[in-house]
Amino acid sequence: MIAEGGLAALWIAAALALVQLTLGWGAARSGSEELITAVRRIAIAQGVLAALAFGILILLFLNSDMSVLLVATNSHSAKPLLYKFAGAWGNHEGSMLLWVTVLAVAGACVALFERRLPGKTLAATLGAQAAMALGFYAFIVFASNPFLRIDPPPPDGQGLNPLLQDPGLAFHPPALYFGYVGLSVAFSFAVGALVMRDVGPAFARAMRPWVLAAWIFLTIGITAGSYWAYYELGWGGWWFWDPVENASLMPWLAATALLHSVTVLATRDGLRAWTLMLALVAFAMSMLGTFLVRSGILVSVHAFAVDPTRGSFILALLGIYIGGALALFGARVGTIRQGSTFQLVSREGALVLNNLLLSVLLGIVFIGTLYPLVAQAMGQQLSIGPPFFNKAGIPVTLVLIVATMAGPLLKWRKDKWSELGRKMLVPAAAAITVTVMLLVVAPGISLNATLGLIAAGALAVASLVPLWKRNLRRTPMHIYGMVVAHLGVAVSIAGMASDAAFTQERLAAVRVGEVVTVGPFEAKLAEVRPTLGQNWSAVEAVLIVRKGDGKPFEINPQQRFFTDPVTTTSEAAIQTLWDGQLYTVIGAGEGSGKDARWQIRLWWKPFVTFIWFGGFLIAFGALLALVGRVRRERRSEEAYE
Amino acid sequence: MKPKHQRLALGLAALAAIAGASGLALSALKDEAAFFYSPGDVAGKPLPLGKNVRLGGMVEAGSIVRAADGVSIRFIVTDGKAKTPVSFRGVTPDLFKEGSGAVAEGQFQADGSFVADNLLAKHDERYMPPQMEGKMHKSDSLEQ
Repeated sequence: MIAEGGLAALWIAAALALVQLTLGWGAARSGSEELITAVRRIAIAQGVLAALAFGILILLFLNSDMSVLLVATNSHSAKPLLYKFAGAWGNHEGSMLLWVTVLAVAGACVALFERRLPGKTLAATLGAQAAMALGFYAFIVFASNPFLRIDPPPPDGQGLNPLLQDPGLAFHPPALYFGYVGLSVAFSFAVGALVMRDVGPAFARAMRPWVLAAWIFLTIGITAGSYWAYYELGWGGWWFWDPVENASLMPWLAATALLHSVTVLATRDGLRAWTLMLALVAFAMSMLGTFLVRSGILVSVHAFAVDPTRGSFILALLGIYIGGALALFGARVGTIRQGSTFQLVSREGALVLNNLLLSVLLGIVFIGTLYPLVAQAMGQQLSIGPPFFNKAGIPVTLVLIVATMAGPLLKWRKDKWSELGRKMLVPAAAAITVTVMLLVVAPGISLNATLGLIAAGALAVASLVPLWKRNLRRTPMHIYGMVVAHLGVAVSIAGMASDAAFTQERLAAVRVGEVVTVGPFEAKLAEVRPTLGQNWSAVEAVLIVRKGDGKPFEINPQQRFFTDPVTTTSEAAIQTLWDGQLYTVIGAGEGSGKDARWQIRLWWKPFVTFIWFGGFLIAFGALLALVGRVRRERRSEEAYE
Repeated sequence: MKPKHQRLALGLAALAAIAGASGLALSALKDEAAFFYSPGDVAGKPLPLGKNVRLGGMVEAGSIVRAADGVSIRFIVTDGKAKTPVSFRGVTPDLFKEGSGAVAEGQFQADGSFVADNLLAKHDERYMPPQMEGKMHKSDSLEQ
């Protein structure tokens, strides 16, 4: 009965979304206070019901209710509780339900908390949010119902793909979804503003917290996903330019541009049409990402769901929403009045440059991700890999870093080249220092890695300059947010460049008792032993590692065997030191007894942790900015009262 | 600058950026797009020598041979039409096994063999390279 309850909740939520859309439209036209209040309440009820449906799905997974097809195909009664829980969204149907739930709950939050928008605009915004939710409800109940029953129920279920049985992967998809769907709010705001012809600083200030929040989740999701791929897949890489990764990077790039342009709109009333356009594009990229990942049209190393009919359904939704929004934009863009103007050399100018460069990067990732699909449609098998993205993306990124350095040093509206030049002396000095150090210490590293390290050093220094000569206690929190986020970019880039420049690798087949060396480490294979987990068995290497005369430590890479379904995974063992990570993998063994040899692969990766530490710094900076902005606005509202 | 001129300047800058991006992307595409081959694609045709490409297909049952150094393997990739011998040095991915799909990244040699720098196997145990879909029997214990 519980499953049927979930389905019923879903249907009612869908019906409410339809009512919300209709009433929202009426309220936006008439401006009736009662209607606006009704729309708010319906949006909240819709959010609660969607959350209820998702809660019921989680309950079914926790109870291992094998009479539900989805549970039977994606769970197993002997699975650890955490993965039963995460199994609820570790599959196509569950993840789509999560998607619509987050969409509905985000709409409910807007209805609950949004007080700045005029009532009519709010009603239009909630109507747009409902229109989107409606499409996804239809998709779920007609094409991917998570509550389908199976008769007779199997005793145990097929289990969850062991690669998904990892805390990192259990939680990074929800983070990404919060980000994707958070951008839906920005999209709805833009649609609402277009419908009501109400674009200005107030609109931007209302939208900004949502963009910031979505951006925080996207950043965390991408960072966590990258770290997951790094330690779970056992090949030592942290970014693959895989289409599924690109699917999350594209909305992030668009949202990053949006975040900066919405600030221009909020503080200086500039870039009105452009900001609206970016809000539409950012969510279009979220939907495109969902389509790419969920349609199965990709030849990806990690596209999980394969079903063409679902693909066409999402593609149709994508076409309707994005096409519709772009048509609305095209029809209304002429009526948006010109905002304030500014000189080329100004904070606005730098932010425009930042936006253009981010758009260029987005274009490159877009082409690299979709071109193979177009080629395939024309009968040509093609795949685009890291060389393409590195060659096209790195030069743009380097220019973008220079813009990131200059932006915060410029005054709003109008500044002078000479002033900028004077302020840029500090980061320039940092760049020269890093260059000289690299020439002395590491002359042989690649050009890209060298440029990356120089850029990271200069950006790190430049990002701190805005705090120079300021009263640090009276500096607003959002300034700290910007400083921390930009510093995070520098830290991340330093990690990437360091990994590219200094990684050392060793691969060997060793007998017990033999020693392999990599970088400053000597690793002795002391033993290979069997070991057991809750739902897996494994062989585990005991490597005793010594760095110079330091204290030896033990590290245990494993090969795990799962029975439901039958799979082997390799669990890398990673030792994190202050200056980098030692990454070890045990591969296949051959022979037996004393002659047995095991493949051991070792990497020494100096400062590789900076990549993800930087990612979390960026998210933390955005959090500071979000809290700072919200508090500040609350205070100024109080001042009015 | 008058607002009108500013709009124009920004529009031109945006156009220039888009043109630059397309130029960069296209030139990189020309040089770096790794073509995806299956053994049947290269049978009896000139090989794409000296280029990094991907070779996809099924690992032929019984074809994996380990070398004496313990870290090199040779195997045969097939798509049902033709076969390509592949050699690889490294730890094979977890899902790499005989009879299942794999994608090798590397270069063709003049003798028609393939040297892989990197091996990929799909995360999902039900993965098949797209060319193979429909040709192979798919099993799903719940549907049976």
